[in-house]
Amino acid sequence: MVMGEQTLETEVAVIGGGPGGYAAAFRAADLGLEVTLINQEERLGGVCLLRGCIPSKVLLEMSTLIHDAREARGWGLEYGEFQIDVDALRARKDLVIDRLVNGLETLAERRDVQVIQARAVFEASDQVRLQGESDVSHVKYRHAILASGSTPIPPPDTEFTEGSRIMSSKGALALPDIPETLLVVGAGYNGVELGSAYAILGSRVTIVEMEDTILPGVDPDLVKHLARRLRREVEAIHLNTMVESMEEHEDGVTVALKGDVDEREQTFDRVLVAIGRRPNSGDMGLENTDVQVEEDGFIAVDEERRTDDQHVFAVGDVVGAPMLAHKAIYEGKIAAEVIAGEPAAFDVRCIPAVVYTDPQIAWCGLSEAEAADQGRDVGVGTFPWAASGRALTMGATAGSTKIIFDAETERVLGVGIVGRGAEDMIAEGALAVEMGAVAQDLALTVHPHPTLAETEGEAAEAFLGLATHIISRRQ
Amino acid sequence: MARTFELPDLGEGIHEGEIIEILVSVGDEVEEGDDILVVETDKAAVEIPSPYTGEVTGIEVEPGDMVHVGDTIIRFSGGEDEEPVEPKEGPPVEAPEEAAEEVEEEAALEAPPEREGPIPASPATRRLARELGIDLREVPPSGPAGRVTAEDVRAFADRKAEEEEAPAPREEAPERVPTELPEAIPHGAIPSLPDFSRWGEVERMPLRSVRRATARQMALAWSQIPHVNHQDKADLTELERFRRRHRERIEEEGGRLTPTVFAMKAVVAALKQHPRFNASLDPENEEIILKQYYHIGVAVDTDRGLLVPVIRDVDRKSITQLSVELYDTVQRTRAGEATLDDLQGGTFTITNIGILGGTGFFPIINFPEVAILGMARARWEPIVGRNEAGEFETEPRYMLPLMVAFDHRVVDGADAARFMGVLKDALETPDKLLLTM
Repeated sequence: MVMGEQTLETEVAVIGGGPGGYAAAFRAADLGLEVTLINQEERLGGVCLLRGCIPSKVLLEMSTLIHDAREARGWGLEYGEFQIDVDALRARKDLVIDRLVNGLETLAERRDVQVIQARAVFEASDQVRLQGESDVSHVKYRHAILASGSTPIPPPDTEFTEGSRIMSSKGALALPDIPETLLVVGAGYNGVELGSAYAILGSRVTIVEMEDTILPGVDPDLVKHLARRLRREVEAIHLNTMVESMEEHEDGVTVALKGDVDEREQTFDRVLVAIGRRPNSGDMGLENTDVQVEEDGFIAVDEERRTDDQHVFAVGDVVGAPMLAHKAIYEGKIAAEVIAGEPAAFDVRCIPAVVYTDPQIAWCGLSEAEAADQGRDVGVGTFPWAASGRALTMGATAGSTKIIFDAETERVLGVGIVGRGAEDMIAEGALAVEMGAVAQDLALTVHPHPTLAETEGEAAEAFLGLATHIISRRQ
Repeated sequence: MARTFELPDLGEGIHEGEIIEILVSVGDEVEEGDDILVVETDKAAVEIPSPYTGEVTGIEVEPGDMVHVGDTIIRFSGGEDEEPVEPKEGPPVEAPEEAAEEVEEEAALEAPPEREGPIPASPATRRLARELGIDLREVPPSGPAGRVTAEDVRAFADRKAEEEEAPAPREEAPERVPTELPEAIPHGAIPSLPDFSRWGEVERMPLRSVRRATARQMALAWSQIPHVNHQDKADLTELERFRRRHRERIEEEGGRLTPTVFAMKAVVAALKQHPRFNASLDPENEEIILKQYYHIGVAVDTDRGLLVPVIRDVDRKSITQLSVELYDTVQRTRAGEATLDDLQGGTFTITNIGILGGTGFFPIINFPEVAILGMARARWEPIVGRNEAGEFETEPRYMLPLMVAFDHRVVDGADAARFMGVLKDALETPDKLLLTM
């Protein structure tokens, strides 16, 4: 090992190896820039790949299979009792992660992106100090792209610790066991995804949520399909309820609840706290740059994703909501293109979001509630999946496709879908919003039949009063 | 009712200005007639008085903003049935009804209507607009329900480039042209700049005030006028003797007897014999506008940049009068006290950089004038001539390099040579020049 202080000079230093960071690094390298990627973790992929979106999808896939297998009993599939091998499930999850991480490492190598494992602390606008095992002590750069991500917020006065029964999504996705009882605190997308997965895997799950609905902020007519299903799968959902205190002991966690709940003190084998995430912008030496960190910890950026410091760009969770990997990836590419001198900007009309429960909920653009808040004159076209032949064959009639249009121009402002496969269907909605499509554009596009996707064409027809498979009145 | 103060008409053809200073703050009580802001137009600073008495409830501009006639600048409380007006942060979102109507009226006059919200266009079209430096709001849409297509953007960019190439203003008098034309860009859009910080530290400095006006005026002149330069040297030996003799007397009068003063007189003599140098071209009407007055602009180097105050009716003023007036004007200009009036109406410009040195340079014509005279440093030079016996003889003479740049659309090289001849003759024979006093 080389002793002493070694300074590496690079054109672009990317800080963070998650989706925002690696997308930025790869795009910058593809545009001919020399790139150094500084990643605090041993492996590339960030939260999304290592302990977020990807591992949770492995669990959710399993729970969907179980659900479908049970459903199929009524369709003529006969089999004995099945068993869940948690070790095998965990191994499959790790295998999926390994394959993806190895893929990223190969992609970085092939692009000559130099990856250094270290924690970066800013010393000046154009330099970071590295903390870690690396021979390199400093990296001097022309431009930095900060993609430091976010961290789960722990309950007040607590911290998440390894092996604790009080877990963040990270702990829950490590899949220590299938607890007999699980309390999920927070019914945002993280809480309902993992809560429903654990419920199907065999846990008796209780969900508590401060607000008066699960998935606060999502249109209620979409949420109701999921709520109906969740209530069947979980032990209890307590809305308008808060956790007052939590006490961990050897064989469980005793929780005091306050709100719409009869039994105020309850004990659970494990607790999943999913009350949100906060940006990783502290202890990074940002005060040694001109980067402006806002009160809530988010970093202020312009549409080029440039911070107040001309040398430093920032992308992903650390610049603000929605904290979604696809937003980070998009922003990372924009920042790289701007650095390469291209006329790029983060100028999008919508960022789709997906809740990977069963049924899934996905939306993009303006929701009906937001449109109402803005006082906009909108029209809505809805197609209930009970009328979809494909949904019926799949046993997936718990669903609905809804499109929000500008009443005057008939332009698509937003799309909301609840149901099986909403994750894929929302892409058509996002394209429609980005392209400035009008109702006729969707209605006059041939959708394959029978598919779930054709409900998007029919929802547009419903708005125009012309849907084939339901009776709709012309608006 | 709240009242708004919009930028008033600032005079001859001035439609926009830069906010230099705001003299009031929100909460101030002002009287009608109090100066409330300083606007710089066409290089001159103008103080604008308040049309109302009342309390300032909102300021919609900041120093450095470019404002146009009719733009809302300041909001005042008013009348008896006063409604509380909340101080606004940032630009006004909910404009009062009147203002909204005005916007609509304007929109009806100017072709592209102001469009609200994001303009419907595909992501690729939006990127194309960015590449071409086009604001999607300005592009007339051809798609359904106002959607802008890539073809719309390209067509608009081509049209814009053509318009910027087109030479002529329409009905306006030539004097108005500089403020009317957009930033003069000769051929299409300027290619976007590379990111210079890739090769080292850079600092960005706003192009403001006099610098901005100069940049625009020079780009306009250079792109519109086919310039030709004609050079010669004038023998100032006699005139310099005369100047030294009378310098002190003029100083007592409060003036400065500089070579520029003589040059002004000599120029007027030359302009009188060659009137097309005292003119402007009107390409739209295919006419040359000959001016029957002799207002000479003199380039002045100031802290804020280049300014050209105008000395009026030079033909009717004596050397003494001109010495005093020019000195006074230069002092006022340097002190930032030149008025808009001081800076307008010139028919010909003189730029003398002799004091700073140089053997010659190519001046750019002060559009929409037809010609400009440049003066470099006068030096003693060995001049070869013949004496009475017909022998070569070298004699020291005090020689002034003169450069005339002219608009070849209006005059020709031979005209310039003749013009220069008159100029030289006037400067070389003070007796003759002084007769024109």
